[in-house]
Amino acid sequence: MTSSQSSSIETHKIPMQTENRKNIEQTEHSETRLIQTQFSEVTNGVAISRRDLPHLTFDDFRENALKLVRNNAKVVHFFGYEDDSKESSQNGNGGKIKLLALFRTNRVYRDRRYTLFAATCNAPDAYPSLTSECEPFHLFEREIAEQFGIVPDGHPWLKMVRYHPNSQGKPDAFGNDYSKDNDRNYYYTQDIPGNYPYYSVEGKEIHDVAVGPVHAGVIEPGHFRFNCIGERVLHLEIQLGYQHRGIENLIINAPFKRLPVIVEGIAGDTTVANAVSFAQAVEALTKINISDDAKKIRTIALELERLANHVGDLGALSGDVAFLPPANYCGRMRGDFLNMTLLICGNRFGKGLVRPGGVRFAIDSALCDEIMRRITELEIQVANVIDLLLITTPSVRDRFEDCGTVSRSDAHELGLVGTAGRACGLSYDARRAFPTEYYPNIDIPENAKSRGDVYARAKIRAEEVMQSIAIVKMLLSDSLIEIAPVELSFIETNFYEKDSKDYADFTPLAPDSFVVTINEAWRGELSHCILTDQTGKILRYKIKDPSFHNWSGLAMSLRDTGISDFPLNNKSYNLSYCGFDL
Amino acid sequence: MLDTLKNRIEQGYRTSKYPKQTISLPERYRGLPTINQYADADIVAKCVKACPQNAIITDSNADPNLFKANESSRKMVDMGRCVFCGTCERVSNGKFITFTQDFGYSVAEKAHLLTSGTVPDLAKHSKQHFKKLFGRSLQLRQVSAGGCNACEADLNVLATPFFDLARFGINFVASPRHADGLVVTGPISRNMRTALLQTYEALPAPKVVIAVGSCAITGGPFRESPEVSDGLDSILPVDLYIPGCPSHPLTNLHALLSFFKDRI
Repeated sequence: MTSSQSSSIETHKIPMQTENRKNIEQTEHSETRLIQTQFSEVTNGVAISRRDLPHLTFDDFRENALKLVRNNAKVVHFFGYEDDSKESSQNGNGGKIKLLALFRTNRVYRDRRYTLFAATCNAPDAYPSLTSECEPFHLFEREIAEQFGIVPDGHPWLKMVRYHPNSQGKPDAFGNDYSKDNDRNYYYTQDIPGNYPYYSVEGKEIHDVAVGPVHAGVIEPGHFRFNCIGERVLHLEIQLGYQHRGIENLIINAPFKRLPVIVEGIAGDTTVANAVSFAQAVEALTKINISDDAKKIRTIALELERLANHVGDLGALSGDVAFLPPANYCGRMRGDFLNMTLLICGNRFGKGLVRPGGVRFAIDSALCDEIMRRITELEIQVANVIDLLLITTPSVRDRFEDCGTVSRSDAHELGLVGTAGRACGLSYDARRAFPTEYYPNIDIPENAKSRGDVYARAKIRAEEVMQSIAIVKMLLSDSLIEIAPVELSFIETNFYEKDSKDYADFTPLAPDSFVVTINEAWRGELSHCILTDQTGKILRYKIKDPSFHNWSGLAMSLRDTGISDFPLNNKSYNLSYCGFDL
Repeated sequence: MLDTLKNRIEQGYRTSKYPKQTISLPERYRGLPTINQYADADIVAKCVKACPQNAIITDSNADPNLFKANESSRKMVDMGRCVFCGTCERVSNGKFITFTQDFGYSVAEKAHLLTSGTVPDLAKHSKQHFKKLFGRSLQLRQVSAGGCNACEADLNVLATPFFDLARFGINFVASPRHADGLVVTGPISRNMRTALLQTYEALPAPKVVIAVGSCAITGGPFRESPEVSDGLDSILPVDLYIPGCPSHPLTNLHALLSFFKDRI
């Protein structure tokens, strides 16, 4: 799983456009100051004993977390979990809710490699908010308040995230009433948004525009509220949570055999990346190494997922500026990429392909040739449509440029990731920073842009489309893949050996352990975390979709922008509702 | 302008000839399951145990009245629960359940979701007055109610040139006031329930309700979560069930054409 295991394989260099290869990462971190911290280093995709995570007092935890973020570390995770084992209560005041924070930074070592730092602490019932001093904790603290009823005092905008009662039966952090249903599950007595008053602006000529949750198109539900003066948007408030299915809790309560299917349903357009993140975590907790061929097939599937979505987004952007030919071509070509995934695993979104232990389907030479033939044929068409959209049609450029601009410093403060972050000059790409699967052997070029507008977000996608096609072709042309062994899913084999009658309680995972996995999904950094208890059962499953960071970017893009540019900006981000809502 | 035209020529004509010509899906595609009623009991038990969706119905776990009607097929797959993941096919090595390339497996009655390898002809089981009312023009309003967005995506592609739904007089419209029917995806999360009911109320009668995907039919992968329902039919009357996770665009197209058109 880690890069060191694959070091024997020759590094492939793929031919890439190099126009943007000025080293932004270097300039981004011109200071060489190194940080000292009580948080300890953890490795992507490597399981450790929970005892090896430093368990700090809350005050130390808070102080170190703030220090890391002030030194440009980024919050990857900050969440609560329930743990009432005796051992964990030694430090601090003995509550059963704990907090875990995980940061990424390249500021600690002189060689500037990206590193992850994690620590835990006991959660007080209320605590001085970190957000009041440091913006990037904003949404994480609201999520903790919602899930566990733990109140961050002094939080600047303590509002619900997904609108569901906390799991602890504590007083509601947002003052909503909740009750218990027949199955003793908590539910809010009022419909979303409860007693929350949406942000409002007052004054002559000020008006609100409310959209959703049911939108005009065939898309997911969400509520958008624009505070406008005339056509100009002063502020956009985004209320999500309509897709909330309670996935994190369902994973804890469901039998292990259901987990791969649940995980594939976190976000359908990110099926492969979620399945890979889950599989890596389980593999780490069961000490299973997967074959290089399986890694290659996972990498191909991840890139095909990126291709289908990016091509679809380019088409949608074109449609939103009323340039219909590329909209239709991209719609069709997106389908062609999905159909390649269908060829590999029988499902257009890659459902059923990735399982802990490997992949379920091999790519034999006939299939390899067929995908190669299709992708080579498409490559020219895709390149020409991108040319038509972004280069030869000035009216499109005119609409894309300077629309919905987010500055690099705002993007940095908000912690934007993935295509949204790269469009603002933040070059972070998890495929380069924390390479998994076959990525340690692939040179992923930097492609950050400086404009931060719709054009930059489109251009990033266009470049990544051509890069991904090159990666898929490179992997397919490698002879090794022809003999990819198909591994029976780990659960299928292990499950029967145990033959336990009570398979609802079956777990193959190492007890008292912690693992985090990070992958670059097509929208950006996707991360899963598993904490297990003393019997190996999952104590906490945390999922963080890149959209968790990026929705605030969309709101920022709309500041002082004409309301008619909302659809265009929305498509340029194309964020996940269900990945956020969980 | 020349570039636009050059591009147009390169792209060519892409619309499929379906349903006049059949389309065959790739070998690995998992459509309508077939069941070997004589499979080894051990293999059957293994599959029942392995199925992540508990979708395999046999003597051991079925309602005793279920098999009265048809004694000869005592092993069935509940396509409403099934996510077509293929675990049973792999575990039984194709000796018990296999998935065919048949994508036309949608049904008009919930009982028909239980299959032992065949489904009734949808065209004959659909409500005939709907064909008269909507056969030439059908406007649908889609509500996404808590799914993973894959079903929505595969409904959306019906508008792309390959499928070109509009050539059959069927469109997805922006307002429920303009719609004849409601297409629901997702397991109907608590937070979407009211919005879904309000959308249904806003539809002029007679209203058609279509459940797409295993989530909308039974809660799918999210069943048993307190945040979701156990199926659209517990909330609204459902006229057409399109199983799948997600259902292939051709499954959607086949269902709409068979259910609403006099002849296809």
